Amino acid sequence: MATVEAKTVEQLAKAEARDYLWTLNFGPQHPATHTTLRLVLLLDGERVVDAIPDIGYLHSGFEKIGEHLTYNQYVTVTDRMNYISPLANNIAWHGAVEKLLGLELTPRCKYVRTILAELARISDHLLCNGAVGLDTGAFTYFLYAFYQREVLYDIFETLCGARFTNSYTRVGGAMHDMTPLVVDKIRAFVRNFPKTLDDMDRLLNRNRIFIDRTKGVGVLTKAEAIARSATGPIARASGVARDLRKDEPYLAYKDFDFQVCCSPVGDSFARYLVRMAEMRESLKIVEQAIENLPTGPINVSIDERTALPNKQQVYTTIEGTISHFELMMANRGFTAPFEESYGAIESPNGELGFYVAGDGTDVAYRARCRPPSYIHFALFPHLIRGHTLSDIVAVLGSLNIIAAELDR
Amino acid sequence: MTEQKTVASLSEAFPSTTWSEFRGDTRAVISRGDLFAALKHLRDACGFDLLVDVTCVDYLNYRDAEDRFGLVYLLANAETNERITVRTFVNEPNLTVASAVPLWAGADWLEREVFDMFGIVFEGHPDLRRILLPDEFTAHPLRKDYPLQGRGERHNFPVLYRAEG
Repeated sequence: MATVEAKTVEQLAKAEARDYLWTLNFGPQHPATHTTLRLVLLLDGERVVDAIPDIGYLHSGFEKIGEHLTYNQYVTVTDRMNYISPLANNIAWHGAVEKLLGLELTPRCKYVRTILAELARISDHLLCNGAVGLDTGAFTYFLYAFYQREVLYDIFETLCGARFTNSYTRVGGAMHDMTPLVVDKIRAFVRNFPKTLDDMDRLLNRNRIFIDRTKGVGVLTKAEAIARSATGPIARASGVARDLRKDEPYLAYKDFDFQVCCSPVGDSFARYLVRMAEMRESLKIVEQAIENLPTGPINVSIDERTALPNKQQVYTTIEGTISHFELMMANRGFTAPFEESYGAIESPNGELGFYVAGDGTDVAYRARCRPPSYIHFALFPHLIRGHTLSDIVAVLGSLNIIAAELDR
Repeated sequence: MTEQKTVASLSEAFPSTTWSEFRGDTRAVISRGDLFAALKHLRDACGFDLLVDVTCVDYLNYRDAEDRFGLVYLLANAETNERITVRTFVNEPNLTVASAVPLWAGADWLEREVFDMFGIVFEGHPDLRRILLPDEFTAHPLRKDYPLQGRGERHNFPVLYRAEG
């Protein structure tokens, strides 16, 4: 439970008069932090006595910008939060906005978003596990993971033209429909990816060095995971069987057969194994969804007056023309109720939610993001105390901290 | 979704609670003085063991708003995934509420962010400092009276040159 932590390194050092302790500045620019975050470590030899995170280096006021961009424009900013899985952020943002507006998506859109959310999960877990491997010395493993990330980037590029910052979703639908070429590429990925997963399993799961570096390191118990608001693979690796895909099935998740992957252990190795298992489950979802992809429109109908009508409707019907014109005009757009709601999805990193307050216009009055990285980084000092300096990379890597989402 | 049992239990313990429902979210408005006791009641008697998020909304110039700040606590039950939104309103000049850190260790950084961005003071918080913004920063930028472009803080930061560093 809550313990009063020393406020600064100086205070702690002074209070305890332990002048044999020395401080080490880890980051903000360091290859093992992967992104811009800083830790001030208090060391007794190689043992970490305390770690004081100092964050905010990447703070760019995303929530303030959210109060000035329209619901559709803000999707470009969500890309830049957790840029390892931008599609999941797009889906979370517009899922929350559609909840505020009370929109029901078309079946095809639900399936397409489900597929993309799962591909984003695979992409995220590949990076996270690959980086843990890299930091603990398994360079080959990292290359296996990154090769498959390239394949996923190719799929995203075919889907929406952007590899990294996708901005694919729109209120009530998507920027455009998934083409047959994308479907073919996803099918090919579903066919080929299990082989890489098997290779990755064989490379690392029984690797003596990797197991010694991660097993028993950074143990998070179930009670602590809940008390410290952990979600996603980190909570599941500590035995919290909570997965929003099962608990409050959004999009099309209730149609698919998959399992929630848990482990009772709670160390870095368990988090690695949970992520490996989740990739297989995600692949199962993608396979079921791509083979049962419903036909029909991707956007909600023009009666909802939120998504742009397609070109055929614009050119041949008066409703389509007017609707397009209204949505495109400055100071027109659609309206949101004077209400607030919280919509969340199970993002690769944990519960990613947006608390959106509407004020009648198509710009949010408040766009609060519940960032899983922020909440998980708060766990870090607790996990690392008593471990050695070299364990930092194993714990930090297994928490999958993305500084852009951490600082927003 | 919040079960009727929870609604009845909280209403009985804190009769001044007002309830509203929107898109399946059940929201309770608690008076500021009762906030800590109500959160404790929800955690201990109703099983809401997971603090999902703490955030704040500034209602300056919001239609029909009577209060300046609305604090939002999103709670969930990790077993059943029952959810509840607890809100409380805070007005200037007294922007103090009881901290939830004694109930959930996870509230630590969430409350620090609200303090940083809105200037709400959490009484009993073990380490209430700015978290995302530098310590020298004087404003609370997510307040509605703070301009998007800032107030020139960026230009007034002291510049460190390598020779002095």
